[in-house]
Amino acid sequence: MKKSYQSLEVNLTNNMEKVIHRELRKNILSLGLIILLAFTTSLSAQEGDPAKGKALFNANCAACHQLDKKMTGPALRKVEQRLSDDQGLDRDWIYAWVRNSAGLIKSGDAYANKVYNEFGGAAMTAFPQLSDDDLNNILAYTAEEKAAPAPTAVATGTAATASNSGGISNEIILGALAILFMLLAAGLYVVNKTLRRFASAQNIDLPEATKRTPLWKAFVKNQFLMLVTAIFFLLASAYFVFGFFMQIGIDQGYEPVQPIHFSHKIHAGDNGIDCKYCHSSARVSKTSGIPSLNVCMNCHKSIYEYNGETTAEHSKEFYDDQIKKLYTAAGWDDAEQKYTGNSQPVKWVRIHNLPDFVYFNHSQHVSVAGVECQTCHGPVEEMEVVYQHAPLTMGWCIECHRTTNVNVKDNAYYTKIHEELSKKYGVDKLTAAQMGGLECGKCHY
Amino acid sequence: MKSLIKIVVVAVFLVAVSCKKDSAPNYQFMPNMYESAGYETYGEAAFPDGVEAQLPAEGSIPRGYVPFDIENTTEGYELAKTTLVSAVDSTQVDLERGKALYDIYCGICHGNKGNGQGKLVKREKILGIPSYDDAGRAITAGSIYHTIYYGKNAMGSYANQLKEEERWQVVAYVLKLKSDLEK
Repeated sequence: MKKSYQSLEVNLTNNMEKVIHRELRKNILSLGLIILLAFTTSLSAQEGDPAKGKALFNANCAACHQLDKKMTGPALRKVEQRLSDDQGLDRDWIYAWVRNSAGLIKSGDAYANKVYNEFGGAAMTAFPQLSDDDLNNILAYTAEEKAAPAPTAVATGTAATASNSGGISNEIILGALAILFMLLAAGLYVVNKTLRRFASAQNIDLPEATKRTPLWKAFVKNQFLMLVTAIFFLLASAYFVFGFFMQIGIDQGYEPVQPIHFSHKIHAGDNGIDCKYCHSSARVSKTSGIPSLNVCMNCHKSIYEYNGETTAEHSKEFYDDQIKKLYTAAGWDDAEQKYTGNSQPVKWVRIHNLPDFVYFNHSQHVSVAGVECQTCHGPVEEMEVVYQHAPLTMGWCIECHRTTNVNVKDNAYYTKIHEELSKKYGVDKLTAAQMGGLECGKCHY
Repeated sequence: MKSLIKIVVVAVFLVAVSCKKDSAPNYQFMPNMYESAGYETYGEAAFPDGVEAQLPAEGSIPRGYVPFDIENTTEGYELAKTTLVSAVDSTQVDLERGKALYDIYCGICHGNKGNGQGKLVKREKILGIPSYDDAGRAITAGSIYHTIYYGKNAMGSYANQLKEEERWQVVAYVLKLKSDLEK
């Protein structure tokens, strides 16, 4: 038995290796294609190392420029060729522009002034530290041909087929099992029938089952059992009715669909953005603010597509659509890189909502007490769709107030009252409850 | 027949159990005690655009607000860079608080050391973040404040996430990071 298990395992791993090999081969092929492309283009380009250029480009230029897309500054693919073809400007002009664009504009250079005005008078930062070699490398990088989108297509293709094949194989197994069971049932029925036929053919009397009083009738006639059952049912139904009434008004697990699918997992989890980056008013106000769209646009001006992990449910196109929804709501024209002024508010669905007869203040908990957001909101950084983690009942609030020690250190404002309270309760660590955290009027007024 | 009844009972029970949806809020006892007539923060309201969050009346100034006169232009940036000085003096500078705020709002791109290697840069989401000791930019307190207030190039404005005093605390911390980097 054990041996067969082992052989099964070996078989499995062999299969997995095969799959990996196949994917590896595809990857190597696509890599080869890229390298080939890179070499053919770099041969036609000038002296300069595109790989070094890419690093320099990403470190210095990518804040405002991309190769194929207008950002704060113009798209830069084949900029040198385009400049020499269209404007008759040579590499020296580029050197001068990069090192001191403001000086070039002031000197009255026609094209420099034209570009400056075209981009709304956004002055390009001077890069005097970039040497001729650095700039040659960057230009070599910009002169590269646009990489064929083939490799990514291949990658997504394999992923899709892989997930598909998994689904199909599961369905096949289930179907086969169902057919097997049906065959088995049919076989048993047929066997039973033939055996009976044999028996009657050979004149064997089959013992008939004697009629007895059915079990439920015997049960009904037994009054003691009926009483016990009745009591049991009454208690059980009381338990369930009580449970049902107790959960009214509690929205634990509430997980509404939002107008824009904002994944906290990607933002707070994968990218590690602090909660308070977007919910900045949690630090200073009663409400933990829903960020206005300008906060989204702080990053999404530059991040216009999704390049992270995808699942079958949430593909790259799905996430890209969400970014487009954001652009529509914020009134951002991605092609022109400016606001159209035509914005629409987003109707977010509120999840955590205390009844109006409860006072709750975020800043008091976040800034003064230093409570982690996750204490009440749960592992938001792992939630693809946010749900309510805590029950938000009074018992839940009070439980935390009873067990949480207040940080009284370095809090000069409260030093005296803390000392007096510690003396009163004979403890050196005060809980929120001992400071009045259970007073009705603190939250209900 | 009997088994049919059993199946129906089980089916009804299962349907009743599976009806609990997480995408809709639960029932409430006496909803008008939960939701008062007053407007809720970020709720709907009877304004022309239907939202409670309205801009303040034009010309109104929040308590403690100091207007910032320098414009959001290249000239304004140069003006701030050369003339604007910090509103908090050396005794009011709280580097600890500055660091906390910096790590929340700036570190994600600029890196917690200010070298332009924040998590978003390392993951290649946002590129081209300069280090604070970049010679071509030669940032000063005034230019940092101007940039936080209005944003610059791809960077957006952080005026609504940080109050004036908090901005100056962040400026002080950025200058400290710059001097650390230049060492």
